[in-house]
Amino acid sequence: MRNVQTVAANTFREAVRDRVLYNLVFFALLMMGAAILVGQISIGIERDVIVSLGLTAISVIGIFIAIFLGVALVSREMDKRTLYALLAKPVKRWEFLLGKFFGLVMTLTVNTAAMAAGLYIALWSVNHALLKSDTYVLVAVYLILLKLALIVALALLFSCFTTPFLAILFTAGMYVAGLLAGDLRTVHGVELDPGTLRLMRGISYLLPNFENFNVMGAVVHGRGVSAAIAWQATLYAILYIAIVLMGAAVVFSRRNLK
Amino acid sequence: MTQGAIEIENLSKEYPYGFLNLKKKMSLEGLTMRVEDGEVFGFLGPNGAGKSTTIKLLMRLIFPSAGTARILGKSIDDVSMHGSIGYLPEQPYFYDYLTAHEMLDYFARFHGLTANDRSARVAVMLKKVGLDTAKKIQLRKYSKGMLQRVGLAQAILHDPQVVVLDEPMSGLDPLGRREVRDIILELKREGRTVLFSTHVLSDAEMLCDRVGVIVGGKLRGMGAPGELLDMKAQGMEILFELSGVPGNLPLLTKATRTGERYRAQLPETELYEALDALKAASARILLVTQIKPTLEEYFMHLVEADRAQASAVEVSGK
Repeated sequence: MRNVQTVAANTFREAVRDRVLYNLVFFALLMMGAAILVGQISIGIERDVIVSLGLTAISVIGIFIAIFLGVALVSREMDKRTLYALLAKPVKRWEFLLGKFFGLVMTLTVNTAAMAAGLYIALWSVNHALLKSDTYVLVAVYLILLKLALIVALALLFSCFTTPFLAILFTAGMYVAGLLAGDLRTVHGVELDPGTLRLMRGISYLLPNFENFNVMGAVVHGRGVSAAIAWQATLYAILYIAIVLMGAAVVFSRRNLK
Repeated sequence: MTQGAIEIENLSKEYPYGFLNLKKKMSLEGLTMRVEDGEVFGFLGPNGAGKSTTIKLLMRLIFPSAGTARILGKSIDDVSMHGSIGYLPEQPYFYDYLTAHEMLDYFARFHGLTANDRSARVAVMLKKVGLDTAKKIQLRKYSKGMLQRVGLAQAILHDPQVVVLDEPMSGLDPLGRREVRDIILELKREGRTVLFSTHVLSDAEMLCDRVGVIVGGKLRGMGAPGELLDMKAQGMEILFELSGVPGNLPLLTKATRTGERYRAQLPETELYEALDALKAASARILLVTQIKPTLEEYFMHLVEADRAQASAVEVSGK
């Protein structure tokens, strides 16, 4: 695991030096603007608006970073040929991939944690206090992070066998399809033969179900999130990520570099 | 038979191309060669000849269509083998957000060096390649020559037994080339095996114990530069001085004159007769030497033969 750690630490350093964390400035400005504006235009639902806006921003910014940096993790190393010297060291290809994955997840964790802190500051500035229901925001942020880790794994897989442009399209497509995975299981009002319904159900189980990580509705309205949901989502993410990374490792282990 | 440092057997690589990758292009065809322990081996060939393909196959950056190779007795599939080899890629690119010191420290970590060892090795390497004063500058600000030198440093950082350098002189000014040559010679003195590819034939002549010439994906010649060129000896050359008025020496018709010195080229069969005539004319013989083609001429001869063969195949195909 030493090699994985080394690659991960360098990936994190790369993200920091490439000013990836500058997006936090945008998030901070958004939160400050929202806190000022919300106080003026909404009465009684300031907290809900801030939580909703904050979690959406954390998710959207994270998704952009996960897809674009996730695809660039391997493809940029191949394009720039920085990988050549590294793979000539006693490093297995799967160690490199795993290091890249954990490095970006580490970056996203720091980024998401900083944004969550910004969200709490905005909440405090609106209510001048933090409520018990605000603690559920942390659960929502944690589940967003799991979702982002899964997106990184998918981006990594696609970038192992196709061009960066197609990998971005495939990852974004999988994300959208994954959001609709639940709907595929419960198609109503459409006349379909049983074979098609079975096929759709089968596909829905293969797709990553991103709805498993969405508790925003409950958290925005101050409702709690059960520990079972969090555990279930965690196990689902770990299993799915493991399978996707194994696939990526198999593809990458036989990939001819340019 | 003792074990060679690098042993390549029937190594081939074909690349798919065209619509749906249905066509195949042979980039390397049945390469069999051996680099002995402790020797400096030069891999020569024009662009696209298969030099970099061979090196990338050895480094496991690409995978062979057929054949095997071993380095220090271990299959190239064995990743642990990389602990004993150093590699400089062609036109090396490194993480440009790192400083030279950080980059070397990063690579040293993969060799399991302790923090103290890493620090010491990195300092030694930076000094060796003349970058100790630029160690805190990010690599994005480095010139091509500086990148080449830091690339060399990462290749030899862990004290490897075998060093593989892909075009190490590429992009370097004469001073930089001299420094790389010195490093290669130092590696040789230390008993390491060096395999390097190059276009610069004079460097190969100067540095290599043996060279291999690869053209069109096939190995066309291999041996000590002297041996390869001896096979193509083109006659003899005599340098002599004549004081006074030159007589009726037949050799003078073949000679060029610079002051009192004459330089004449003649077939080897006529050498002794010419020497007798010079002695009789009281000439002062300064030098008698074999006329050998340069490695460049030998190399060009192989390239032209390959091109002629390729066009003959094309014509017969039509």
